[in-house]
Amino acid sequence: MSAVLQDPQLMEVNPPLVRSEDYHDLTEQISGIVEGDVIKTPTKYWITLAVTASITGLLGAMLAYLLSTGIGVWGNNRPIGWAWDITNFVFWIGIGHAGTLISAILFLFRQKWRTSINRSAEAMTLFAVMCAGIFPLFHTGRPWRAYWLFPIPNTDLNLWQNFRSPLIWDVFAVSTYFTVSLLFWFTGLVPDLATLRDRTTNKVKQVIFGLLSLGWRGSARHWSHYEKAYLILAAISTPLVLSVHSIVSFDFATSVIPGWHTTIFPPYFVAGAIFSGFACVMTLLLIARWTLNLQNLITMKHLENMNKIILVTGSIVGYSYACEFFIAWYSGDIYERFTFLNRAFGPYWWAAWSMYSCNVFIPQLYWFKRMRTNLWVMFAISITTNIGMWFERFVIIATSLTRDFLPTSWGYFHPTWVDMCTFLGTIGLFLTLFLVFARFLPMIAISEVKGVLAVQKHQFSDEEVMAK
Amino acid sequence: MNLDELKDKIGIGEDKVYAVMGAFTAPEDLVEGGRKIREMGYTKLDAMTPFPVHGIDEAIGVPPSKLGWLVVWFSALGCATAITLIWYVGAIDYRLVIGGKPYFDFSYTIPIAFELTVLFSAFASFYGLWVFNGLPRLYHPTFNYSQAHRASDDLFLLVIEANDPKFDAETTAEHLRSVGAGDVEVVEG
Repeated sequence: MSAVLQDPQLMEVNPPLVRSEDYHDLTEQISGIVEGDVIKTPTKYWITLAVTASITGLLGAMLAYLLSTGIGVWGNNRPIGWAWDITNFVFWIGIGHAGTLISAILFLFRQKWRTSINRSAEAMTLFAVMCAGIFPLFHTGRPWRAYWLFPIPNTDLNLWQNFRSPLIWDVFAVSTYFTVSLLFWFTGLVPDLATLRDRTTNKVKQVIFGLLSLGWRGSARHWSHYEKAYLILAAISTPLVLSVHSIVSFDFATSVIPGWHTTIFPPYFVAGAIFSGFACVMTLLLIARWTLNLQNLITMKHLENMNKIILVTGSIVGYSYACEFFIAWYSGDIYERFTFLNRAFGPYWWAAWSMYSCNVFIPQLYWFKRMRTNLWVMFAISITTNIGMWFERFVIIATSLTRDFLPTSWGYFHPTWVDMCTFLGTIGLFLTLFLVFARFLPMIAISEVKGVLAVQKHQFSDEEVMAK
Repeated sequence: MNLDELKDKIGIGEDKVYAVMGAFTAPEDLVEGGRKIREMGYTKLDAMTPFPVHGIDEAIGVPPSKLGWLVVWFSALGCATAITLIWYVGAIDYRLVIGGKPYFDFSYTIPIAFELTVLFSAFASFYGLWVFNGLPRLYHPTFNYSQAHRASDDLFLLVIEANDPKFDAETTAEHLRSVGAGDVEVVEG
């Protein structure tokens, strides 16, 4: 097998996605990280974790301050009643979308290269949606009343929700999205938890992994139902992910504010979400690949494929920007025209041009293979893309609100230090959760990668048969 | 009921033979071996593999999963739940004119009806998966096989259960060896 895989000519014809001697090596390589005795966890890991955990502590402090004082500690004020909180909410939900895209849509398209990255992308989805949920939850001011958002008959309110409002649709979309992502992620994890259960000699870990793996034994019947369940979850997650950001965009599009009241929003938001999500997966994978030495499993081919998706979705986002400007001009509506001129050349010109540069111009470098395969370039672009996509949400939200129909009600938004520290805190929470996940659960889907390896072995033996 | 009676009831115990098990090192060999064993007339077969092996279901006679049907019914239930809820709230229990919109209209049920369809389908496929598989469970006789821990690593196991009409510990073990399985053992419940 190894001789065949290392044959340069064969690799040229059919480059392997997974380089591993055999199934056992693969098990060792991936679960070694979780077990931590053969593959020692580097000190740099614990230092990074300490830093991100401290930033998470900052988030806790900010939220405690907000609860004890009131949401006036945020900079939201007339005319900008929705500011950083909803910007951050849309930003984090968007980050999550790439995880579902990789795990569900690429699965349906039988893209085998997804197997090395889907687990971490799914985990990223969960953590991003958790970060997203914090903002609307705390913007309510009384998060302990959050159950009022759901149609639960209760005696303290005696009211029903207004189902004609997109805000309640958002509640359903985001909570469904989180639940389905969690079920999908856990389903994929069960066979790998069984692997860990079977390997460990530590009694405590045996009990923990034994309970979590639900008695999985890899029976042919198990796998038959499992594959069906996985296919169904992938099939329903695909329209789900498209619906979530569409519904998020309805929060804006169903209003009558110039710059928001437009039918392009759903596809435009979805493309932007995938764009930023892929960039975020890229950032995390590059760090994980470097710190945990996963070069054999996350190859240049994976990274290059992801860069191609970033180029495509970035260009769709660029097209949407152009389209918005065209429609604003073509509509003949003076408020619509003004909003877009104001967006590019008004008081928020710096935010708008950061967004155009980061989202549209910089990713064009990926037309060149040299750029798509350069680790430093892709790391830099993954960061600029996320900065750009944060600015996109901020620009959409702030520029439309800052100058609406009446010049007397114009204003300018100033974030407070609490706004900034809260957002920074969610980044800390996100990274902490991801680091804990990467160390304590199999970051790469062991059983799926083995499936790809089996297909490869088969392919090569077929070719050998053909040669004979 | 004491522990022994309980074990007796669910058919496990050290003196009860559960199955004969053997191991293969490659998925193709497992499929080939399984097919031959089935041709010998065995019907109560199972396999234990580290990843889904294609072709094994046909080879040892595992019926196709019916999970899809369960999900179809639950998706319909999810959709109906959403529409009923929105209709009941808007048109019956809490009639309120908001923005001049009608008390009930299908158009604004679409987003939530879609989300609940997805949510109910996801619950059906997730919980259905475990119910259909008889999981979670803490114990299974196949775990007594000496190589069972490698079924999640790099071995492909074939199981011939003792409730098979053709089962006889010694001859069955011989049959299993004859199709190329290694480490053939009689596994007790």
